[in-house]
Amino acid sequence: MSATQAPAAQASSAEAPATEMLSGAEIVLRALKDQGVDVIFGYPGGAVLPIYDALFQQNAIRHILVRHEQAAVHAAEGYARSTGRVGVVLVTSGPGATNAVTGLVDALMDSIPVVCLTGQVPTHLIGNDAFQEADTTGITRPATKHNYLVKDSNDLGRVVHEAFYVARSGRPGPVVIDLPKDILIAKGRYQGMPEARHRSYRPVTEPDPAAIRQAVAMMKAAKRPIVYAGGGVINAGPEASRLLTELVHLTGFPCTNTLMGLGAFPASDRQFLGMLGMHGTYEANLAMHGCDVMVNIGARFDDRVTGRLRDFSPNSLKIHADIDPSSINKNVRVDCAIIGDAAKILRALIAEWKASAAKPDTGALAAWWRQIDTWRARDCLRFRQATAAEAIIKPQYAIQRLYELASATGKDTFITTEVGQHQMWAAQYWKFERPNRWMTSGGLGTMGYGLPAAMGVQIAHPDALVIDIAGEASILMNIQEMSTLAQYRLPVKVFILNNEYMGMVRQWQELLHGGRYSESYSAALPDFVKLAESFHAVGLRATRVGELDDVIGEMLAVDRPVIADICVDQKENCFPMIPSGAAHNEMILGPDDEAPKGRGQPGVTEEGMVLV
Amino acid sequence: MLISPILPEKSGPEKTGAMTEATTRQAVMAVLVENEAGVLARVIGLFSGRGYNIDSLTVAPVDETKNQSRITIVTSGTPMVIEQIKAQLDRLVPIHKVADLTLEGPHIAREMALIKVAGTGERRVEALRIADAFRARVVDATTESFIFEMTGATDKLDAFINLMRPLGLVEVSRTGVAAIARGPKGI
Repeated sequence: MSATQAPAAQASSAEAPATEMLSGAEIVLRALKDQGVDVIFGYPGGAVLPIYDALFQQNAIRHILVRHEQAAVHAAEGYARSTGRVGVVLVTSGPGATNAVTGLVDALMDSIPVVCLTGQVPTHLIGNDAFQEADTTGITRPATKHNYLVKDSNDLGRVVHEAFYVARSGRPGPVVIDLPKDILIAKGRYQGMPEARHRSYRPVTEPDPAAIRQAVAMMKAAKRPIVYAGGGVINAGPEASRLLTELVHLTGFPCTNTLMGLGAFPASDRQFLGMLGMHGTYEANLAMHGCDVMVNIGARFDDRVTGRLRDFSPNSLKIHADIDPSSINKNVRVDCAIIGDAAKILRALIAEWKASAAKPDTGALAAWWRQIDTWRARDCLRFRQATAAEAIIKPQYAIQRLYELASATGKDTFITTEVGQHQMWAAQYWKFERPNRWMTSGGLGTMGYGLPAAMGVQIAHPDALVIDIAGEASILMNIQEMSTLAQYRLPVKVFILNNEYMGMVRQWQELLHGGRYSESYSAALPDFVKLAESFHAVGLRATRVGELDDVIGEMLAVDRPVIADICVDQKENCFPMIPSGAAHNEMILGPDDEAPKGRGQPGVTEEGMVLV
Repeated sequence: MLISPILPEKSGPEKTGAMTEATTRQAVMAVLVENEAGVLARVIGLFSGRGYNIDSLTVAPVDETKNQSRITIVTSGTPMVIEQIKAQLDRLVPIHKVADLTLEGPHIAREMALIKVAGTGERRVEALRIADAFRARVVDATTESFIFEMTGATDKLDAFINLMRPLGLVEVSRTGVAAIARGPKGI
């Protein structure tokens, strides 16, 4: 027997030379290790037992056992978004794969790089309705950027490496590799990282110089410009955020971020107008409406941003920089398209701005800033918190105090959220200074995202402060992950803004459905303090303003998982708000807004009612 | 890469950045794909998932050595939607190349049909006479039926089939459109 055909019993280690015959499961782990994977989030089952057996016999890759496959994907997303690396998931066939689908679509909508390994029944049983069989590649085809069904152990190495390339290149996204059990057991040869370029998938990353010149010419001629930056800047790495800041400072333009882009530009900067869109600031939305040149970097004109398309920024020339050509002219027709990586585009724009002889209209820009400052003076995020110790806590105040007290710790802080009012308040009141510190489900709007995502963030950053700002309804969607926190001693802080309602549903029912609160009351809630204790965590509660700082202080001081149940004003609504189907200049401001309403409260139109 | 910056009409009352309703057009897309499992499902799923129309679709391997197949899709929509369909197809991982043949100059589009016509007497003679005028070939005949084979542009096939209707048309099997650009250059 030659050295190259050593029996598998001796080749059980993933360290075996490349020419050796390995089991499919060993090839998978070997490829993951070569990709630099140090942690995977998963849940075992019959079809993936060979991989779990191989995992047991090695130490290079850590496995985090979640309590539900959906949470495994969200945890991998949290890991990916806070590190810029690919998150890895391992689940079994059938229900393991179908449970993961929500997480996959979430990652697809928010362009998060994830590789998800799913078990599958052995190849000879595929199509036979075998136990725990599901058509995983069929089900996940529209839920992923790409997927694979591997039918030969010799292909495993190549497919895993290709999957990582596809997941992180171009516009990132989730990739599924479906692994029949017999393929994991059969022996094959491991092929290392491919050197050749991918046969068909080659996203453009270098921007076209002509488009850069055209964009800068438009920017230099602008009188009322605005930079509108999104998650593409975060995905392009921290250098892209630094370059965005440089470009905004260089040009003197105002800058707004999308929900996904928060942290790409420092929130404390004078040129930052806050988030835009449905619950964005007054100044950001009116500046978008009134601008004459819009510079979109890595955002996709989402319906939550544009409002009524017909009236979206009607008098502007639009520049759109995106790595995905299909984002161009999808919702909004643009005047200059630049395809490429956000960092490369920003670097090119900065160079061209410096090189171009044209002079920007500084007088017009100064006038534009004076206009923006009058909008800013409306102070649209103002709220009134009664100061008596017995007063009810306003949710905005709870987040503001959390921000102030967490900042005072000086710790690197990561925020995740669930979905709803608390998510919007977190986006409005938390000041993100750096990228990769903000993890939220933007595109899909997945309740139950925040806790598992926080888990993934804490795994990647063991010493950081990781807080899931949650609502009492959302948190129950993946509450089982408290058990994972306990098992791995992850000191994630769950900060529940408890208003005993699905707050955003209640708000829409109040504003759009005549106050008929159909099924939006969170009845029969658990006692979150006792619930925390039963999951080996610390449970805290604040019901009055006087208790808030002590609860937050204790939560931040404890080096264990914590659930802080903050009982807040049940009737509070999230403002400003652009009702569905309305335009940016038809915002509803909060009840405390004293300035005269520009156009009065917009009527809710039939057209708007059908929108979500 | 600059995606042709189509400047919007900014003069009329429709002055807006949003998509405006435009008249629909038909487009013939030539799509070169990796010949692998699921690739056709990806293309069809894209059309159904995003609500695009498929007027006709053909697929067959065209290059065994490179393991490539060619899909020809006839679709219709506003110019915006057609542009979006091309971009969406282009970003599917196993797709090598997408060309909108209708935009990229003159092209040849052909389809083949098998047309079964049953009848006797004068109707039968008339069917054969028209088939001759249309250069349809008889590929099967019984004393009371013909099967015609016909290749041509879609509207020519439509015209012939309509003429056969009163003459005893039984059934039609069409291949859908195969298309290629005129001139020396490939896709």
